[in-house]
Amino acid sequence: MSLLEFRDVTVDYASNEGPIPAVRGVTLTLERGEVLGIAGESGCGKSTLAATVLRLLPANAKIGGEVMLDDVDVLTMNWGKLRTVRWAEAAIVFQGALHALNPVQSIGDQIAEPIRLHKTAKDVNARVAELLQQVGLPASRAKSYPHQLSGGQRQRVMIAMALACSPDLIVADEPTTALDVMVQAQVLDLLTGLVRDLDMGMVLISHDLGVLGTTCDRIAVMYAGQVVETGAALEIFDQPKHPYTKALAGAFPRVGDPTARYAPAGLPGDPPYPGDIPSGCAFHPRCAIAIEACATTTVELVGGVRCIRVGA
Amino acid sequence: MILSTRDLKVAFGPVRAVDGVDLDLGAGEILALVGESGCGKTTLARTLLGLVKPTAGTVSFEGKPLDYRKLKQYRRQVQLVLQDPLGALNPRHTVYDAVAEGIRIHKVDRQAGRLGRTDGGPQGDEQELVADALSRAGLRPPERFFLRYPHELSGGQRQRVVIAGALVLQPRVLIADEPVSSLDASVRGEILGLLLKLREELGLTVLVVTHDLGLAWNIADRVAVMYLGRIVELGPTADVLQSPQHPYTQALLSVVPDVERTEQIVLKGEPPDPARIPSGCRFHPRCPVVMEACLTTTLPVLTPDAGHHTACLRVG
Ligand SMILES: Nc1ncnc2c1ncn2[C@@H]1O[C@H](COP(=O)(O)OP(=O)(O)O)[C@@H](O)[C@H]1O
Ligand SMILES: Nc1ncnc2c1ncn2[C@@H]1O[C@H](COP(=O)(O)OP(=O)(O)O)[C@@H](O)[C@H]1O
Ligand SMILES: [Mg+2]
Ligand SMILES: [Mg+2]
Repeated sequence: MSLLEFRDVTVDYASNEGPIPAVRGVTLTLERGEVLGIAGESGCGKSTLAATVLRLLPANAKIGGEVMLDDVDVLTMNWGKLRTVRWAEAAIVFQGALHALNPVQSIGDQIAEPIRLHKTAKDVNARVAELLQQVGLPASRAKSYPHQLSGGQRQRVMIAMALACSPDLIVADEPTTALDVMVQAQVLDLLTGLVRDLDMGMVLISHDLGVLGTTCDRIAVMYAGQVVETGAALEIFDQPKHPYTKALAGAFPRVGDPTARYAPAGLPGDPPYPGDIPSGCAFHPRCAIAIEACATTTVELVGGVRCIRVGA
Repeated sequence: MILSTRDLKVAFGPVRAVDGVDLDLGAGEILALVGESGCGKTTLARTLLGLVKPTAGTVSFEGKPLDYRKLKQYRRQVQLVLQDPLGALNPRHTVYDAVAEGIRIHKVDRQAGRLGRTDGGPQGDEQELVADALSRAGLRPPERFFLRYPHELSGGQRQRVVIAGALVLQPRVLIADEPVSSLDASVRGEILGLLLKLREELGLTVLVVTHDLGLAWNIADRVAVMYLGRIVELGPTADVLQSPQHPYTQALLSVVPDVERTEQIVLKGEPPDPARIPSGCRFHPRCPVVMEACLTTTLPVLTPDAGHHTACLRVG
């Protein structure tokens, strides 16, 4: 039994112009003790997919497929059950979490909130102190307010909150995007250490394939709401097959690589708006190796790659 | 030298944000200024832009120290580039207005023609300057972009508009503070490529402030590593990034994700409060290879020449 399973998950946002398909049939699994990375440019549906795990989507979102958390479908759970699942079985560290803390409440009180709600510890203060230590902050920090902390420290507080009710699964949505490289390394070290020590599972979302490549066990690369490549993390980072993954990997050069010197690699254009997805392979208008057939052939995920030009 | 600093210090009360920096920027050079958050990079950049007055020391442009009573001319020569996702563009302004803003602020003197044309109608001048800046920034044909709004553009195009806004005053120097850090990977390469192209075509000098060493490897001629208000390592990019001498530079490099998974040196904590700069080598409390002498020996400010220099007792 997997910790988390997405089975053909779809999400459509209702809009005036009709449904907007932000996630278009994603199937992925995550085991305990494992870190699954989700890569892709902004707008590819990463956050939307992540939010399905706890059904934390706005009212105009319609979810399809199954999201199995410990073999129970989150999408069919009643509200009461869902409430206990949130925080206690799975917790999300959100993108932009740096602004998610309440500025007028001490961080100790904020970490205590889910513990009180779920009554998961008798001595709340002791639990808060333990959590702060787990994320590398002195217990005395409980009395601080968010503005007294650095960006990296606030991100640690968010992680402490996510851990508060000892979930089995953590979903971290761009947890390091606004942080500098050293703080990023510290936060990633912390997260992967926790996954290992507490035998949890983690879904880590980032647009930085390098971060995922060195932190995760497996990676799924998303484009226009679909997985276009999936496999072992280092392989995807080091030997990407899909032209989209190649472009993402090329954008973060290896220091010392002579071919990247004075030659930054980019990928012009933007991912398509989900209300207006190109026919055939959704990536074909931006693809360097597209052929005519790419504009018309619906492409399946074969051997972990969704591309008719790969392995053909 | 187009831009130099000597013994530059900027303090906010007890906070010594920039604490003795000698730096020379040659014409047409791309220099990357790297370091963790809080090391004083933005303060140094703002001081070079003339937005912050030094507490001590000098900033010189083409050999002449800045006259802080007459900065208008200078400000035009040295332009700031921020990143669009952090609010560089006003969503309610058209591309034309966004780019023309600089001209209007600086009330470019059409007769004097310091910024290009001396002929043409009153509107014509501004329009031509805007069109020229947009096409330099790779938005062609420029007229097609005049009346568009930021939300109608791709991420890469929006960042190009920001750069066009800096180019319209025909500056000699661009100072780009984290120009791509929150942009998508795909856009990042596109924008870095544009900076290289501008250097080639216009001879622009560029100072890029970044914590991204991959970016420095992509485009910089030289790298200056800043720690707690000082440059602690300075030199040609290949030397600094391939044979880093300072333990701080070595640590920064070790945490850049790479496929070889080289041993990471993850430093503990964050740079200390610049109101209480440690004695001796300012890096000693976090240094993995600290020696007794590092606690007490004061290190000199690095020579700003083209060589490779390191402020560390263990080196040289
Ligand atoms: N509440 C919403 N209503 C309509 N469209 C939305 C909503 N939230 C997100 N979208 C659209 O869904 C797509 C995927 O968004 P998101 O999941 O945030 O992607 P990512 O996290 O990869 O950047 C985007 O095109 C976005 O504009
Ligand atoms: N206007 C200011 N007043 C007081 N302290 C400041 C001011 N601007 C910057 N600082 C402090 O100076 C130090 C360097 O900041 P900054 O130049 O922004 O560094 P960086 O850009 O490397 O992150 C920080 O400790 C910061 O808090
Ligand atoms: Mg997102
Ligand atoms: Mg800064």
